[in-house]
Parts: sequence; structure tokens; C-alpha cells
Amino acid sequence: MTPAQDTFDITLTVNGVSVSRRIAARQHLVDFLREELGLTGSHLGCEHGVCGACTVKVNGEIVRGCLMLALQADGASVETIEGLSESGAIADLQRAFHERNALQCGFCTPGMLIAAAELLECKPDATREEIRAHMAGNYCRCTGYQSIVEAVEVVCRGRVRQRA
Amino acid sequence: MKIKAEFPLKAPYTDYIGVAVPRPDARRLLQGRGRYVDDIRLPRMAHVVFVRSPYAHARIVNIDVSQAAVSPGVIRVVSGSQVARVCRPWVGVLTHLKGLKSAPQHPLAIDRACWQGEAVAAVAAETRAQAEDAVQLVNIEWQELPAVTDPETALEPETPVIHPELGDNLAYQREVDTGDTEEAFARAYKIAEATFRTSRHTAVTLEPRSILADFNPAERQLTVYHSTQVPYMMQWILAKHFELPEVDVRVIAPDVGGGFGAKIHIYGDEMTTVALSLMLGRPVKFVADRLESFVTDFHARGHCVKARMAVSKAGDILGIEIDDLYGIGPYSGYPRGSANEAQQVINLVGGPYKNRVYRGRTRVVFQNKNMYGQYRAVGHPVACAVTEGLVDFGAAAIGMDPAEFRRRNYIPADAYPYTLVTGPVFEKLSQHEAHDKLLKLMNYAALRAEQAALRQRGIYRGIGLAAFVEMSNPSAATYGKGGASIAAQDGCTIKLTATGGITCAASINEIGQGAATIVAQIAASAVSVALDKVKVVIGDTEVTPYGGGNWGSRGTGIGGEAVLRAGKALRQNILTFVARLTETEASLLDIRHGKVVDAATGAERMTLEEVARTAYFRSDKVPPDFSPELAVTRHYAQKTYDGICTNGIQGCYLEVDVETGFVKLLRHWVVDDCGTVINPLLVDEQIRGAVVQGFGAALFEECIYSPEGQLSNGSLIDYLVPMAREMPDIEISHTSTPTATSELGAKGVGEAGTAGSPAAVMNAINDALKPFGARVMAQPFTPERILRALGKI
Repeated sequence: MTPAQDTFDITLTVNGVSVSRRIAARQHLVDFLREELGLTGSHLGCEHGVCGACTVKVNGEIVRGCLMLALQADGASVETIEGLSESGAIADLQRAFHERNALQCGFCTPGMLIAAAELLECKPDATREEIRAHMAGNYCRCTGYQSIVEAVEVVCRGRVRQRA
Repeated sequence: MKIKAEFPLKAPYTDYIGVAVPRPDARRLLQGRGRYVDDIRLPRMAHVVFVRSPYAHARIVNIDVSQAAVSPGVIRVVSGSQVARVCRPWVGVLTHLKGLKSAPQHPLAIDRACWQGEAVAAVAAETRAQAEDAVQLVNIEWQELPAVTDPETALEPETPVIHPELGDNLAYQREVDTGDTEEAFARAYKIAEATFRTSRHTAVTLEPRSILADFNPAERQLTVYHSTQVPYMMQWILAKHFELPEVDVRVIAPDVGGGFGAKIHIYGDEMTTVALSLMLGRPVKFVADRLESFVTDFHARGHCVKARMAVSKAGDILGIEIDDLYGIGPYSGYPRGSANEAQQVINLVGGPYKNRVYRGRTRVVFQNKNMYGQYRAVGHPVACAVTEGLVDFGAAAIGMDPAEFRRRNYIPADAYPYTLVTGPVFEKLSQHEAHDKLLKLMNYAALRAEQAALRQRGIYRGIGLAAFVEMSNPSAATYGKGGASIAAQDGCTIKLTATGGITCAASINEIGQGAATIVAQIAASAVSVALDKVKVVIGDTEVTPYGGGNWGSRGTGIGGEAVLRAGKALRQNILTFVARLTETEASLLDIRHGKVVDAATGAERMTLEEVARTAYFRSDKVPPDFSPELAVTRHYAQKTYDGICTNGIQGCYLEVDVETGFVKLLRHWVVDDCGTVINPLLVDEQIRGAVVQGFGAALFEECIYSPEGQLSNGSLIDYLVPMAREMPDIEISHTSTPTATSELGAKGVGEAGTAGSPAAVMNAINDALKPFGARVMAQPFTPERILRALGKI
């Protein structure tokens, strides 16, 4: 057995629930989430960190789930699209995406939403250009991005109003 | 925006037609609850990973699987000859494309690999990781062969012939000549001449190709979960090549993560996955990774077109000549062939214009490169770039504004239906109206003034126009007539449920474009029920009527019309039933908002729930000689024309940094005529997405092959695709010329944006570069190419 196939025990919190598993050292976080936990909302589009379809939150920060090993998430708190949907944390964003048809095939959508959610948290007063720049790490082949930018923009404005 | 269809639809069928309804099925995708093929796990499921050729062309001297076969978790290792025992080879020709030739192709290469990335052996294992480990242990002894990698020299005598039995590397050739071009060019005031290149690129669906084949030997039933646009085509092909009864093959397309034409072809690795399931008697899954997607998903659009246009002093197009050449893979694609781009290019160059003097040649040559074929807007972006490039150069040559030049050359508005010199018939276009609307939308005159003012300050902006035509709603002329078992018709079964709801089983598919929503909107309108009362079932050959699925911008135009007809028939059956129950005439009744009413007064007679309950649970109340038929099926095929042509025009405004060669897209406008718009929300964002795919072609995307036939940029790091930051806002408007071939009046819309946007970008860049006398004609228009045109490097 190669070192990459060596197994390790990890314990982490996923969507608020503590999980423990024995995993191969080489397994990346998204394969772990999808295969071990059945959380198939995180998608694999390129497995080399470009497309953003595997975006998840680890300890509050967004990461490319294909560039992080599950082992590195030992002890961490991971949030996926499933958890963020069930908690209602991004319900306004999901509603805006829905109303503006900011998705077609939906494969990029979980990653898009999680990337957008980060912007809403750290810079809700972002301009349209800043929204485009922030979302530039997530590939969508179906929309022209405009509906996504508009959906994020309208939720940004809503969050700013809420804070005021 | 709300566009209510007026013609030819009449109330009561219009309740949800033209209404911007959000897609009900998008909710699950927004919550990560979609189900794509890779999300499905079945008991005893094995995973297959492929050994692929590292060479563009090489003899397979020996395959040693002894180490791989004993690697942990490995279930079976197979090579080409083993798979060939259960799967018949295919030949990608269509009989109506005279002369199109190809050689037999097997799922896995046997004896010889013909492109880098061709699958040559397969490993099935308990897990994907184990299969990937074992693939490294398959030892293949190769003998490299000379590779044919330049279309320009593919037909020269010193170039090796990829398939010697075919005689040469020419897959297909077609010529068109109206006989009078020499005379037209002789009397031209000016001749615009250029060589246009479009780059070989690929669809890059975010969800890679995926298939899960589940053969149950106990009942000899094959169920295939497939990321496909065409379940029935797949069912036919699987039954044929694996020699299974068609009724024992079921193809299910769950959520599909993008298609764009990449998922309408037969792929050897997918066929091998099915073969392994048959051999092993257990489910086998294959999901391509991104690196193998680049070397196996069909490529498209790698054309070189030498073109010229004769122009009169007054600004009339006098004649057009083109010579088109492109290189496909080592085999013509199956089952659609790799010559449809040739057809579209030679047919549609000059498309929107009234010129009838034309000579064209198109040649398709084999290459030791990845397979090649239909991708969104097949050939149209090439034809449009050539036409619109020549139009701009022609206008410039005589000093006429390019907008004015276009307007005077469009096919006259009263000339429809209009037969092109190349054969196709345009039912009716709205070029003049679309043109005027676009210029107003983009404020063309003011933009020209702004451009001139900025030029004084050393800021180089360009305005580019591109009028386009796009064939949609194809008849059987595209494939069926050529012997391919691909349906041009579609069907819908509609049923009244026991509580007065509606279920629709339709043969078109959902690949994100919103087909399921369109089906629901049409059904709800046709029967007159609330949209949330309609459930749509699609993507399963065992439950939907037979149909062609998604290709050629046909879903709404063909499949939607079938839904309308089914809905109207159900409506009539309900009224006939209620008329019998209430002893009146059906013509005196109507359905409004889920209730059967007296047509004259609107007084309620029965709710649809009462109708259904009476039919299903209280047949004692139904007259003995009467059987209520509350489920009906209707089909539709467009038979009047080879296809229904849509049209429109795009405008692009951009800035070129003449020091760095970078292009910044500033604004883009589209006026599109797709006839009846069912859902403007879906139509407009689909046009935007299509435009952006065209931007990719124009500015970023190219599969770059080395002379040895190695794809040198086959990753998402090296192959650039459009991302949010570089994309402009895109404004969409419509003209509406519903087709008279259907009651719905809808034409296709999915491809038109891609057809026109590369030409608009090219013309805008060349407009920006005009003060320098520089021009670019080779896509993608990279900073390097722009700087070379400027003579700076």
C-alpha cells in the first residue's frame, strides 16, 4: 500500500453534525462529502481548482473542496449547500437566483451560491463590478452570468437595507 | 418583461404563454438536491477508468494487463478486441450527404490508436480510485506512427492516409456554383477578400460526460442512466450495437449538467461502460474527468475559409465566393456524421442577404486529433463570421456605414418564403425590423459619436454588428432522411389526475434550458389549469412518448407543439365528457382556471377534480355507452421546410488596448426573432448564455494541437473559458415572427446567440483597429494576435 492509500481516522463537524470516519490520506474533501456522507450537492467540475463547482465552507471560509484533503478537515467545521439550505442561511440568495433564472443546468449553482454568500457577509455594499470580480472563480457555461450578478446584487442591496 | 403571444395562438390557450415564470424544477438544483448521474449509486456498482493513447497515431504492439488485473479491487480489465465481441462497430456516415465516408470505429481501439486520448483499455474496479491505480499498471507497447495534424496538407500526396482503405483523407466535399460569379467579380467596384479562421474548440459542459449502465442478466434488462440530450437515440444505438431487443433497453436522463451538443454523440468509453455492465452483470459507472473531457468530448469549429465578396459602387453585394476547409477526427462522428458544419457553412454564407451569385466549396478532412462534430449552433458561427466580416470589409471598401450597407442588402421583406441559392428555404425573417430595433436599442448614432470623440484621446473603441440566421425546428431532412435513427418528431402524453391535476410525459429533455417549465406552461395554458397543478415527466424512454430530444433548437418548437396538441385534445375530451354528463353540447362549455363552465355565462358546471373523480371512481354515473378518455397522446413533426429559420442581429461595443492587445467588452445588444416567446425569463438568459459561449470562441477558446497531435492546453487552467469578470451586460430585445407551420408559432432560440456573437466581436475589434489599418480574422482574437496585427510584435 502506498502512503496515499494509508488510512486515518478523522472527526469533523459537517453541517452541524459530528461525523467520524476512517479515510484514505489521498481522498479529497469533496469525494469525502459525496461518497462517505452522500452529500452530492457539491459537484466536481474540474478537480484542479478552477471551476468552483466544489466550493464549500470550512471554518467559515470558502475553499475549493477538490484542492483540500479530507484529512486536512480533521477537527474542522464544514458547511455544504445542503446545510446552508436547511438552515435558511442563504434562502434570500436562493430566492433571488430562482426569480431571475440565475441557473440553467444547476451544476455550478451550489458553488455559485456559496461564493456569493461569502460576498454578502464580507461586502454587501459591493458594486456590480465587484460582484463580477468576486464571482470570477466560478465557471458557468449556461447563463451569461448576468442573471447571477443581478441576483447577487439584489440580495446585497437587501442585506444593506436590513443592516441600516 | 411580458410578451403576450397574439398570433397564431388564441385564447383560451394563452394563460401562461409569454409569461416570465421561474422554473419550478430549479428549486431542487438551488438546494443541492439535483440528481446527476454521478450522484446515483447502485448496489454492487463498479467504476470504470480508461487507459488512453498518449500518441496521436500509434500501433498497439502489445497490451499487458497482468499487473493491473491483480491490483486491489480490480474486477476486470478489457481491451478492444474483448469489447468488440459484445459491441458491433459503427460507421459515422449519412446517406444523404453524398460522398461522406468513414471507417468502422470500435468502442476501444483495436491494434491502432488514432488520436491522443482514444480509449484503448478499460479497468473496472470496486472504487474509482482503485481503477485509477490499476490503469497505471496496464503496460502497453506502442509503435508510434506518423500523425496527420494539418488540414491544409491532409490531401497532399506525401501525407499519410489515416484509413488506407478509404483512398484519401477527404471525408466529405461539396460544391455550389450559380455559374455567374466570375462575371460579378469582373464588374465589381470593389472586392473584399479575407481568410477567416475559427478555432477548434469544445463545449466544456461543467458536468463531464457521465454514464451508469445497469444490466440485469436475470431479465436481460439494460437500464442506462446517462447524461444525454437524446435518450431515444441512445436507446436505439444501444439496442442495435449490443444486439439487445429495443424494449429491453431503458435510457434515463436524470439532471443533465449542460449539453450544448456534446452529449448527442456516441463515445467509445461510454459504449465500453455498457459493455462492461453486460459482461459483469452488475452496474458500471463512468464519469469523465476534466482532462479526459478535453481529449474526448467532441471538438468543433476549426475552419479556415478563404472568402471574397464583390461590391458595387452603390453598395450592393454582387457575388460571394468561399473555400472552406476543416479537419475532423480520424473518424466521422456517429450517428450524426461530422459533415453538418460543412452543410451549414456552405448553405448559410451570405444568409441574410439577397445576393444570389455564389460559388462555394467545402472540404472536410480526417485528422489524428480528437473526434469532431456538432456543437451549439453547428457551423452557423463560421458562416456568420465569414459573411459579416466580408460585409464590414465590403462596406469599408466603398466608404459606406456598415449598418447602412447591411440594410440595403437584406432579403426584401416581401420576398418570403425565400429559397436560398444553396437550397434551404427561409419561411419568414424580420431582418429590417430587427436591424432598426437594434440600432435604436444601442443608440448607434450616439455610440459612433462617442467612439469618434474618444479616438481623439487615444482610446480605441469599436462597434461591431452581426446579422444572423439560425436554423431551428429541423425536419427529418437533417438526420432521418440520411438513415440515422434520430427522431425529428416529438410527443406528449397528458393525463388528468384524480384530483384534477395534470401530468405531462414529454419526449423532449431538460438540460437546464427550461424544457420542463415550457412543457408545463403550454400544458397549463392548453387545458386552462393553474401551473402548480401540472407535473412534468421527461427523460425516460420507458415512460415518455417517442421523440428526438434536444438538438437543433427544437425542444419548444417541436416538443412544445406536441404538448399544445395533447393539451387541446385533453381539453376537448373533458368538455365532451362533461357535455354528456350534463346533457348539453360540448361547444356550449369551456374550461377556465381549472373549472368547466358554461361558455356563455361563465357559470361553473364542474371542477376538474369532480370531472376526474366521476370518471375514475364513479363510473356508475357515466353513461354505459361512453368512455371518458382523460389521457391523450399527440405528436408533432415539422414537415413543411427542412428547418425553420430564425433571425436577428447583434451589436457589440468594446475597447482595444492597443499597447497590450487586450479587449474589454463594454456592452452587447441582441435583437432576436424566435417567433412566439413562451417564457421571456428563460429565453433571454439562454440568449445571453449563448452569446457568452460565442465570446469564448471569439476571445479565448482554442484546442491547441502540436504538430505531433498532442493537445497542449487540455485543462481548465490552460484552456480559457468566459468567466463573470470579463463579461459585459447584454441587452436583449425581440421581434416576433411566429412560424405558421405550427399553432404555437415558436421557433428555436438556444443557438442563435452563439451564431452571431463571434462575428460581432470580430467586427468591433476591426472597427477599433481601423485607425491603424490593422485587421484580425483568426479567432480567438488573443492579445498576441491583435498586437501582431498592429505590427507591435
